[in-house]
Amino acid sequence: MYEMIAFYLFSALTIGLFIVTVMSKNVLYAMTSLAAGMVLISGFFFILGADFLGVVQLIVYVGAVMALYSFAMMFFDATRDIKEKNTSSALVFLLGGMSALVLVLMFAAPMHSDAITALYPMHKGVGNAQDVGIVLFTKYLVPFEVAAVMLLVAMIAGIILAGKKMDKSLTKDTAVDDEILVVKDKK
Amino acid sequence: MIGLSHYLVVSAILFSIGLVGVLRRRNLLMLFFATEVMLNAVNIAFAAISHYYNDLTGQMFAFFVIAIAASEVAVGLGILIVLFKKFGSLNLDDLANMRG
Repeated sequence: MYEMIAFYLFSALTIGLFIVTVMSKNVLYAMTSLAAGMVLISGFFFILGADFLGVVQLIVYVGAVMALYSFAMMFFDATRDIKEKNTSSALVFLLGGMSALVLVLMFAAPMHSDAITALYPMHKGVGNAQDVGIVLFTKYLVPFEVAAVMLLVAMIAGIILAGKKMDKSLTKDTAVDDEILVVKDKK
Repeated sequence: MIGLSHYLVVSAILFSIGLVGVLRRRNLLMLFFATEVMLNAVNIAFAAISHYYNDLTGQMFAFFVIAIAASEVAVGLGILIVLFKKFGSLNLDDLANMRG
């Protein structure tokens, strides 16, 4: 009963917040609703018994990724509304129709769900975090290490790309500053 | 009672919302947000299948999806900052400089 209430509440709120994310004209509104939607998605994970995944979702997505986005907002002009030219409706209909066709094909595809057996079954009486740790550090050790190296590469790439010419301001008009300096020198 | 198909339908709806965003937005930052929506929708499907088939593989894949999304955001935001320095805008129409 409670699971049903939580599921419908979370799904309605998540869909609404993500629609706001996709349709909003303001970057700050879009970012805030995206963060809120991700918190609710971690609620889905907790309902599903994937406790560790929910915590990782909270820490990595809501904590790290959204903080990264909000720091990146300092580089862009976030207060201004985004003006976008609407694409032609014929193209939208074509692309939307094709996406709908793909979705219908995906749902209509025959699934042999009865034949699926668990590759790494969960154990009774063992917590989710312990189970995940055992499988992650035995069966998925190599992908885990590769992911670690990939995160290191991404960190270095981020520093190199964003760190060049950090002393030059992006949004402030540098010419105005120069004029002020010239005026000060004349005085 | 909530079954697997409920979660899959929610996941498909969220994925479609992200797809609509990718198709209709012209701002690169908004395209990143729409991509995040799609990745989260896929994670819900993975966790749901993992729960209903009593299998941990789905959760493992969700972890790797999260790791890939984090590194994608780090590199992508660096590229966005470089583009904003170069063009002064993140609109895709302003960034088009290969006119063939």
